[in-house]
Amino acid sequence: MGSGMKRALTLVALAAVPLAVLGVFFVLPVSGMVGEGFWVDGGFDPGAVLEVLGRPRVHRVIWFTVWSSVLGTTFAVLLGLPAAHLLYRREFLGRRVLRALLLVPFVLPTVVVGVAFRELIGESGPLGFLGLDGSAAAIIAGLVFFNVAVVIRAVGASWESLDPRPAEAAAALGAGPAHVFRTVTLPALRPAIVSAASVVFLFCATAFGVVLTLGGLRYSSVETEIYLLTTNLLDLQAAAALSIVQLLAITALLVVTGRLRAVPDPSLARSTARHRRLSRGDWPGLLAAGLVVVLVGTPLAALVVGSLRADDTWSIANYRALSGEGSHQALLVPVTDALVTSLRTAVDATWMSLSLGLLVAIVVTRRSRSRSERRVRGLLDGLFMLPLGVSAVTLGFGFLITLDQPPLDFRDSLLLVPIAQALVALPLVVRTLVPVLGGVDDRQRQAAASLGAGPVRAFMTVDLPAMWKPLLAAAGFAFAVSLGEFGATSFLARDDHPTMPIVIFRLIGHPGAMNYGMALAASVVLAATTAVVMLLVERLRVPSVGSF
Amino acid sequence: MRLAAPILAIVLAASACSAVGEDSSPGDETASDRVVLVTHESFVLPKKLEKQFEEESGYDLVVRGSGDAGALTNKLVLTKDDPLGDVAFGVDNTFASRALDAGVFAPYDAELPVGADAYELAGDDDHRLTPIDNASVCVNVDDTWFADHDLAPPTTLDDLADPAYKDLFVLPGAATSSPGMAFLLTTVAAYGDAWPDYWTKLMANGAKLTAGWSDAYEVDFTQGGGQGDRPIVLSYDSSPAFTVADGKTSTSALLDTCFRQVEYAGVLDGAANPDGAEALVDFLLSPDVQAALPESMYVFPVASDAPLPKDWAEFAKQPTTPYAVDPASISEHRDDWLREWSDVTSR
Repeated sequence: MGSGMKRALTLVALAAVPLAVLGVFFVLPVSGMVGEGFWVDGGFDPGAVLEVLGRPRVHRVIWFTVWSSVLGTTFAVLLGLPAAHLLYRREFLGRRVLRALLLVPFVLPTVVVGVAFRELIGESGPLGFLGLDGSAAAIIAGLVFFNVAVVIRAVGASWESLDPRPAEAAAALGAGPAHVFRTVTLPALRPAIVSAASVVFLFCATAFGVVLTLGGLRYSSVETEIYLLTTNLLDLQAAAALSIVQLLAITALLVVTGRLRAVPDPSLARSTARHRRLSRGDWPGLLAAGLVVVLVGTPLAALVVGSLRADDTWSIANYRALSGEGSHQALLVPVTDALVTSLRTAVDATWMSLSLGLLVAIVVTRRSRSRSERRVRGLLDGLFMLPLGVSAVTLGFGFLITLDQPPLDFRDSLLLVPIAQALVALPLVVRTLVPVLGGVDDRQRQAAASLGAGPVRAFMTVDLPAMWKPLLAAAGFAFAVSLGEFGATSFLARDDHPTMPIVIFRLIGHPGAMNYGMALAASVVLAATTAVVMLLVERLRVPSVGSF
Repeated sequence: MRLAAPILAIVLAASACSAVGEDSSPGDETASDRVVLVTHESFVLPKKLEKQFEEESGYDLVVRGSGDAGALTNKLVLTKDDPLGDVAFGVDNTFASRALDAGVFAPYDAELPVGADAYELAGDDDHRLTPIDNASVCVNVDDTWFADHDLAPPTTLDDLADPAYKDLFVLPGAATSSPGMAFLLTTVAAYGDAWPDYWTKLMANGAKLTAGWSDAYEVDFTQGGGQGDRPIVLSYDSSPAFTVADGKTSTSALLDTCFRQVEYAGVLDGAANPDGAEALVDFLLSPDVQAALPESMYVFPVASDAPLPKDWAEFAKQPTTPYAVDPASISEHRDDWLREWSDVTSR
């Protein structure tokens, strides 16, 4: 009984900080905003909200969101899996650079990527003959472009530390490569794949710029509809109805993925496999990686080419101009300053989301002794996924109307931006860490404890070594999310401290050829910075990890 | 413990870059020392002018800008019991009624410069909103393209639905863009209840819709940064001043297709520093700011005696009789019009 109480107290203590942060910066603002829809003129009136759910337009919007997100997620997983294998299990020249480059789309502001995509597929572009401009296919391609990196990175990190011996044993017993993959590798990777897919699905379902820019206004998703209803029409009942649809959808998704993720014995032997060289049997991975490179590389190349054009000739004038304020004073601060702001904000968002994510992951993955305890842990696990599935507009407006009174007077705080970004990154961090932590055999911790190690020491010697690589992957994710976050940031960033995506958005929205060129150049700088940071993060590896 | 070194390195690097320690709390100065301006993302004033205001008035100027005019208006409405600042700039004549109906602004009868009274908001009898600038949304054409193709450019709204100009027009949508909304209002003013029929013809004639202004102008327009293939675009009356090369502009605005947007400033009801707010409204009307508006925000000053930049004086022609829709009517019908517009254009 005493130990049961102690366990419960430990659980509560570890979960307290992340729960408090989530409560103040997510639950409070979102419920405040949804409440505006339910309470009309001081009275509780849920009828109007329910009425909205009966509108045919709302049904169309929900249906489009569902099928476009399912397709986007499916393609991202199908392309991402073989590419993850190639990039995380095979040794070849340029592997690290490729890994870093593939994460780049993840941070690019959708306004600019939208423009880059449309320069390719638009009527006058080199791919105009495909007739993709303004089609649902273009939206799906855009969704895959932005999200395939999530699959590659999350699954790759798990694949890399997977013990190769069971697969080798199966092969030695005569199983063919396909058979080995299906019966040994895939089940071991399933938690990571399901985790990545659920995150990608939420990203797809809340995509905003991609749907509007590439869909030519013919398609509306739940997210674009909430934006229209909240910022333009001020129809808060309808916005609240759609926010509730979003919340219900995430809950359903979490229940389903929770089932799929659960494996009878999550304990996995971890080791650092020696990377094999490429061989002929790697053709599926090569093919998929090739496709991903084309899909990701072509718009990026268009971006680079565009940034190097000024006055119809090749020049670096657009890059030189980045330290100035744009033609006709389009900017309040030079792009170089914005880059510094972006990096500093990203550092803050990264440590915040890593510390919170680590606590959540520890709480969620400790083996439960009772069913109710397991249920509480499962609930916690799901709770921290919510920020990914809720509209940035709802959250942004919610901040303004709920965080205005002491002691929660945060409206003017510089910290609001990194906190909001950390919340968006948190689910990625948790989803990257949980499969690995859940895979650590609890008997190792018990062994450490019986040898006299305290909980901290046991964590340092058992959990941390297994988690080191996923932790780095998560840090990379968090950093990238922060660098690229636009929705919530555009609400909260202060004029004197804009981040890169905000500045790029400003540049591309102002007339003048120079501003357009600078927007492209600034995007290339943001992309390059991301790639360099990712490469550095990958260098922070500890060679002995895993060989304990 | 081999992990200690890299962890330490990360922590050190993080603390060196972090911005956490720098957060100046708003409690550092009292509310009467500063003026907080709430505005949209397009608000820009030269730093020199901001300093000038601070020196002349003795207040620190804090600018909070994000979102477009619609988002700004709705934020002000939602926070009216605890305003985000002292003064707001950027609510335009398409959103003004909503803000006034909600009681966001306090009366302030500022002394207007010459010519500015022409832009005052109809129905705002107790002077809650002060006009600061204006810009008209007009169809623009690429004159070079039409000369090269031996085709006379269109001049009227009807021309845009003429098969001679099939597949040549690109415009941002009304639901997602403020100039797009202005063009919808143009057609409402021009065709009355028959506006949906005009849009049906327009779409049948191959008009292309984009999400925002930059998509239409920079990607699809022949004179934009991406060198697209459509020579007719929805933009502003000032846009021809931005396509000037060798003393000539390659585009022109069709002055019979315009809707005028006026941007207002107003003192927020319940402002912590109403005196500072009034001082800022006066400052926005001052000759220095009025003269700086074209270069900073691509809009025309409301003061008729404010000097215009050279390219503007020469190439940016303003419409004399733009289309207009009563602000109260916009506020009342915006929802229905947008819904019907979405139906017509996605058919």
